[in-house]
Amino acid sequence: MPRMTVDPYYCKGCGLCIAACPKKIIRFSEDINAKGYHYAECFKQEDCIACKMCFMTCPDVAIKIEK
Amino acid sequence: MEVIAKRPETLTKTPFTYCPGCLHGVAHRLIAEAIEEAGLINQMAGVAPVGCSVFAYKFFNFDMAQAAHGRAPAVATGMKRARPDMHVFTYQGDGDLAAIGTAEIVHAANRGEKMSVFFVNNAIYGMTGGQMAPTTLPNMKTTTSPYGRNVDDIGYPIRVCELLDTLVAPYYIERVSLLSPADIIKAKKSVSKVIQYNKENRGFTFIEFVSTCPTNWGIDPVKSRDWAKENMLPFFKPGLFRDKGAEEVKS
Amino acid sequence: MEKILMKGNEAVAEAAMRAGCRLYFAYPITPQSELIEYMAKVMPKVGGTFLQAESEVAAINMVYGAAGSGKRVMTSSSSPGISLKQEGISYIAGAELPAVIVNVQRGGPGLGDIQPSQADYFQATKGGGHGDYRLIVLAPSSVQEFADMASEAFDLADKYRNPVLILADGMLGQMMEPVEFKPIMTQEEIDELGKQHTSWCICPNADGDAKHHHEINSLELDPSVLEKHVLQMYEKYAVIEKNEQRSEIFNVSDDNEVLCVAFGTASRIVKSAINELKKEGKSVGLVRPIRVWPYPYAAVAAAIGPKVKQVYVFELNTGQMLDDVKIAVCGKAPVNFWGKVGGIVFTPAEIQAKLEACF
Repeated sequence: MPRMTVDPYYCKGCGLCIAACPKKIIRFSEDINAKGYHYAECFKQEDCIACKMCFMTCPDVAIKIEK
Repeated sequence: MEVIAKRPETLTKTPFTYCPGCLHGVAHRLIAEAIEEAGLINQMAGVAPVGCSVFAYKFFNFDMAQAAHGRAPAVATGMKRARPDMHVFTYQGDGDLAAIGTAEIVHAANRGEKMSVFFVNNAIYGMTGGQMAPTTLPNMKTTTSPYGRNVDDIGYPIRVCELLDTLVAPYYIERVSLLSPADIIKAKKSVSKVIQYNKENRGFTFIEFVSTCPTNWGIDPVKSRDWAKENMLPFFKPGLFRDKGAEEVKS
Repeated sequence: MEKILMKGNEAVAEAAMRAGCRLYFAYPITPQSELIEYMAKVMPKVGGTFLQAESEVAAINMVYGAAGSGKRVMTSSSSPGISLKQEGISYIAGAELPAVIVNVQRGGPGLGDIQPSQADYFQATKGGGHGDYRLIVLAPSSVQEFADMASEAFDLADKYRNPVLILADGMLGQMMEPVEFKPIMTQEEIDELGKQHTSWCICPNADGDAKHHHEINSLELDPSVLEKHVLQMYEKYAVIEKNEQRSEIFNVSDDNEVLCVAFGTASRIVKSAINELKKEGKSVGLVRPIRVWPYPYAAVAAAIGPKVKQVYVFELNTGQMLDDVKIAVCGKAPVNFWGKVGGIVFTPAEIQAKLEACF
């Protein structure tokens, strides 16, 4: 089953992946990372289609896609 | 499960120093991936400019030089002439390339130096805090054009691809957009082609990325892309200006 | 090897090629044009790179790139062009790269003229560009020495990973003298020299080492790290000051009533005057700094004999090395100065008259 994961170490919470996701399954985490950002997270992995749109648009190369 | 997309080995583990939503990171990834896919990690060297991407030497995981403001094409020329077995590129912003470094980019292109230049155009000086760039749009407000860019006083934005396209020597010139995932996928193909040409020492290759500066434009990252699509793309039209490789295939 | 009659500009170019220089980037300017023209002829013949850059600024940055790639590289210019190169020289010093720069000085300031001058002494020895750094500065006084200094400059640059400047002038560049060259370095010797830099320079990662990531850089935003870097450079400069002072002693003896200090072209004329004075039974000595950084303070101080009434500095400027001589003399004798400017070179008779007035 496809899966997207965000590495909070790199994420700056810009939200570009949230806008890019066609399945609308990415949101800002309630937690903050070491830099103080609400990082992005996938809240519904089962809906992920591994389209890589989030990865494509992520300016911090914080996303990994598995299939 | 198979990993189908991840951080390439050609990037170091150091997080980028760019602001949230800044598209420098996307351009970095495209270049890094293309180099990894071309198998050039051990023969590649890049030149970082002065500007927001001044620390690019920390982010690319191969040999890197940091150049004086605007001089990256001259530094890359020295590197390539000294080590023809290496493949070199410069990474430059609009102030670095189209203002202080105008002479160096024009002459490196005119000599047909066997290198690639990646030019990030976001119409503003980022690192120094949002001053007017040579690519700032007419009437666009910046900290040094607080009433908007007055083209009667300071002239029009410079279209670098069009300028370089007047020269005979360049091998490849294209302007691409980073303003949507679809545009990025398209841009990736162009970057890969350019890195392949670089690998084959074909000649001078140039890609301009139309990008954003959410921080200094004062617009959030998502809306910045919309602003750029509406305002920048009509002036800086994406397109392929020159591909001698394709011409050679045809003839 | 036989002696060849050559201009200084051509001799230094030939000698640089023989010393393994295979990369040369420059922009035309009088009175060094024979140097760039000679390189344009010789570099393609030995498989080297000759590139006429779009400006002196571009040329010095090409040098930065080539030096960062660990290869012997040279540029040359004359005073106004050397001013333009200063930013790049500061970067080369800051990134600790080996490179050789030749300045065939002409009259200044500004566009000045195209006649010989020594008015870039401050620029060469006291900085020139921004930041805390030093250049090793060699000051030839003959065409032979100008040529010999090419290989010396490359050796020093490699040894200390520091830019080396050869401070010549329009006289040395333009005049012809017989010169004898060293043999041409073989490609094997050049390749062997290059190996000393492969641990840090831009180069292929031949063995695929995963940790291979060389940075050529002078930027460091953390003040404590930059401080450490600058202090390390100053430790290097201290070693250079200790080991690399060079000077020539001419007619120095306990009988000297005047001690002259002069470098480069000026020193040749002072020597002629001293020889004439000798015939009159007047004893004058000369210290000629062969390298003006590190400055041979100790040699100047040691040459002040018991009968010396006056130290006399002669330069083709308004008194730039004078400051260094005063530091060396340290009040032990009065220090006098006479110079000619505007590209005018003094005659032996003029120097002789100045010295005779001291007796």
